[in-house]
Amino acid sequence: MSKIERVLEVYDFSIIFNQFHIFIPAAIETLKITIASILIGLIIGLFVSLARLSKYKLLYYPASLYITVIRGTPILLQLFIVYFGITSIVTLNAFVSAAIAFGTHNGAYIAEIFRGAIMSIDIGQKEAARSLGMTKIQAMKRIILPQAFKRAVPPLGNQLIIATKDSSLASTIAVRELMLKARQMGSSTYNFFEYLIIAAVYYLIITSILGFVVHRVEKKLAVSDR
Amino acid sequence: MTKISDYKMVEIKNLHKYFGKLHVLQGIDLFVDEGEVVVIIGPSGSGKSTLLRCVNFLEKSQRGDIFIEGSLIERKQKTINQMRQKVGMVFQHFNLFPHMTVLQNVIEGPVQVKKVTKNEAVILAEELLKKVGLEDKRDVYPAMLSGGQKQRVAIARSLAMKPDVMLFDEPTSALDPELVGEVLGVMKDLAREKMTMIVVTHEMGFAKEVADRVIFMDEGKIIEEGKPEELFENPKNERTKAFLSRVY
Repeated sequence: MSKIERVLEVYDFSIIFNQFHIFIPAAIETLKITIASILIGLIIGLFVSLARLSKYKLLYYPASLYITVIRGTPILLQLFIVYFGITSIVTLNAFVSAAIAFGTHNGAYIAEIFRGAIMSIDIGQKEAARSLGMTKIQAMKRIILPQAFKRAVPPLGNQLIIATKDSSLASTIAVRELMLKARQMGSSTYNFFEYLIIAAVYYLIITSILGFVVHRVEKKLAVSDR
Repeated sequence: MTKISDYKMVEIKNLHKYFGKLHVLQGIDLFVDEGEVVVIIGPSGSGKSTLLRCVNFLEKSQRGDIFIEGSLIERKQKTINQMRQKVGMVFQHFNLFPHMTVLQNVIEGPVQVKKVTKNEAVILAEELLKKVGLEDKRDVYPAMLSGGQKQRVAIARSLAMKPDVMLFDEPTSALDPELVGEVLGVMKDLAREKMTMIVVTHEMGFAKEVADRVIFMDEGKIIEEGKPEELFENPKNERTKAFLSRVY
């Protein structure tokens, strides 16, 4: 028996096509976790980046500490702390735990993305805004942040794709997303490989679509550069 | 409008500024009358740009007082913001807002700071763009403009706040030589309309033609001042002479 014949005997590739559709709810769950964690991350990231750029120590130090802690510990550990670690205080369901843990995690990275983008805006922009009589907050809101957001789009797109893949860790706390679905289907039929391939294809589709959307946004925002 | 009265439009008293240990402004006293055009010249590093930036508090001086229209500008954010509405500034590198069209650049100040309605601001902005010869560029982004056009938009943006004083910080230094004229032209128009102006520049021709008074600065001090014909033709101080012989 040749190797190829053996592969065809062990694996049932028809599963990949026939059962592809049963992963749709799990894919939606994956998307939901990803979007929730990025939205939470964007909000946290915006305020933390501003706090890190602040001259007030009461803002600067907590923001720096937050970023150091999040970046210095594994995301899986962060997830477990939220899901298992604080059950004595509040019990959160698995999805909410994942959204909070991943949102907090993304917040630290997004804060650094924003901080870099804000710092890259020429000081003359702030000076021009302030010389018109704008307050610091107005100058930040109207002049600096819109330009910084634009520069932040490519690295944010990157973070979005990382977040999509990181969402697979939610399978460890039984969120019914792609990874869990693949493992459950695999262990009940022993066709692990086929179901894992299905999950892989879904991840690829999701990350490709997100990558495409980010690219379109980038292009759309570039109108003022022409 | 009241006649030229008991207060000066801008008055600078004993201004000192340090960058670290470097004493860049060493006790500047200067006043500017209403409607007067004062041109500040001097070698690079003489502190002339710093002086200009201290007037609207983009740089914080360590000692000394600034009076605008007779009132002392206290070092409080609110007072400074209010003062800046009356003191326009034009920068060497234009600093237009690249994410906004020409029109949006010009209406930004009136709408956001003065809370003028958008319609009113647009009417004023169109008038100002016409004045600087760029009414056809209103919906274009700054990236599409030449340096000279950018600077004219920047002047219009500043004028949209209806300032009482205009500060020009080397407005033509970043321009290609053939574009300098169009910007100086707009500034001459302003001078003719009796706008109070303080101009830091290397354009000696402009100083001669437009200035009511020329100030020569060196090493953080005002060395000499006078009417342009006096200062250019018959400088009294050795350093002024040396500088003028180098730039002519």
